[in-house]
Amino acid sequence: MAPILQLRAVKAFYGQSEVLHGVDVAVEDGGMTVLLGANGAGKTTTLRAICGMVRSEGEIVFAGRRLERLSTEDIAGLGVAHVPEGRGTFSDLTVEENLRLGGYTRRSGAQASMQRMFGHFPILAARRQQQAGALSGGEQQMLAIARALMMAPRLLVLDEPSFGLAPRIVEEMFAILDRIRHEENVSVLLVEQNASLALSLADHAYLIETGYVVASGSAKSLADDPQIRRSYLGY
Amino acid sequence: MHQFLQQVFSGLASGAIYASLALALVMIYRATDLVNFAQGEMAMFSTYIAWTLVQAGLPFWAAFVLTLAISFLGGLVIERVVIRPVENAPVLAAVIVTIGLLLIFNSLAGWIYSYTVQDFPSPFPDRPVLGALMTTRDLGVVAVTLVMLLLLFSFFRFTTTGLAMRAAAQNPASARLCGIRVGRMLAIGWGLAATIGATAGMMVAPVLFLDPNMMGGVLLYAFAGALLGGITSPVGAVVGGLIVGVTENLVGTYLIASQLKLTVAFIVIILVLVVRPNGLFGTAVVRRM
Repeated sequence: MAPILQLRAVKAFYGQSEVLHGVDVAVEDGGMTVLLGANGAGKTTTLRAICGMVRSEGEIVFAGRRLERLSTEDIAGLGVAHVPEGRGTFSDLTVEENLRLGGYTRRSGAQASMQRMFGHFPILAARRQQQAGALSGGEQQMLAIARALMMAPRLLVLDEPSFGLAPRIVEEMFAILDRIRHEENVSVLLVEQNASLALSLADHAYLIETGYVVASGSAKSLADDPQIRRSYLGY
Repeated sequence: MHQFLQQVFSGLASGAIYASLALALVMIYRATDLVNFAQGEMAMFSTYIAWTLVQAGLPFWAAFVLTLAISFLGGLVIERVVIRPVENAPVLAAVIVTIGLLLIFNSLAGWIYSYTVQDFPSPFPDRPVLGALMTTRDLGVVAVTLVMLLLLFSFFRFTTTGLAMRAAAQNPASARLCGIRVGRMLAIGWGLAATIGATAGMMVAPVLFLDPNMMGGVLLYAFAGALLGGITSPVGAVVGGLIVGVTENLVGTYLIASQLKLTVAFIVIILVLVVRPNGLFGTAVVRRM
């Protein structure tokens, strides 16, 4: 399988300071790749570099297109759906309006997609006229994912979707995600603190430390690595 | 009693104009966190464009519609050329830019049209209606304002572009991730604000007469209305504008000489800032440290 997303020697900058020092990351078409690492390692920055939200150097290729010079809006239009840290829902708008915005770049099929999302996430159908800000944390995260999928993306980029959620909700959310990523035919790049859960779902994994990729391989091989087990899995 | 009601209704007519301009201020403020001090002068300049078109022989309503279109484009251009470069500048720099715009439009109008007061035609006849509570002219002003507000609210409520504009104003980063061109939305916002202002200018000009300083007082009342309603609330801007219009009229009739009416605007502004800084409908901006 050819990768749908390929990062080669990508550096990223906040102002003058370089926070990614040349990372290589790939996401297989139809696969799920997870980025692991401590806080401040550069995981979120990697995602932001992909979506043109920070200045970057190096090569970012998505479905045969170079992304580095494109704006965030254009990258979204190409089919990269990014659910940012903190979910990024429009809290003053209703659930339905949030979903409509997800389908903003599409010429057709948004209505059918919305019905499918209500099927995947029944709670959103029940809350469709409520303001997004009135939803619980878990519901908001599901709304954020559903909104991203409304773009009919080829790549779904998720930044710590489990953040601040109860473990039961996290498991439920990942169960839904694991099911629908095949139905929606979308590849996934995931940043996640819950390493054991993420490694059980993903097929590839990268370990990032202080702006470098320090380990990579199949999710299984990383889950079996004694040092990673000690540092990130805790057993 | 009849006189009181008369004053209330005539206050509603001027309130409708303040409400329009207040709405334009609120739209820009929500989208860019910027108070556009040039809003009044932009409206005045639009009104001069309408006046020119009428002088050239166009029927009033044709000139009206054409002026709205020109004003929309003008607002768009102002955002692109003047506001965009200071988008990420400190807010004070942006405020200075809008004050600069105010002076430019004022001087430009004076230079082109001179400071002589001009008569501006009203499309509405001036007859008493509703048992002499209102004139047809006031009624016309209120009707035009209501139609404009209705169109505007429908635009934001029902169209995809309107929804995208609300999204861009609320959370620009997320809007970009949805593929919304936030810059374009801001430009449309300026265009719409200029159009609303143009309507207000053309409605008020028959009463105030047209000169480059025509909108100075109106802008102050509009500020008072916007603040009273809560600077972040479009509904608040409309309600606030109407309240200010009625209050101004009643105070001018019963309490103080009408030459001192403008103080009402300042008193409202000061009272709101002291007693209820978020206004009637505004929400407090809370930022976690």
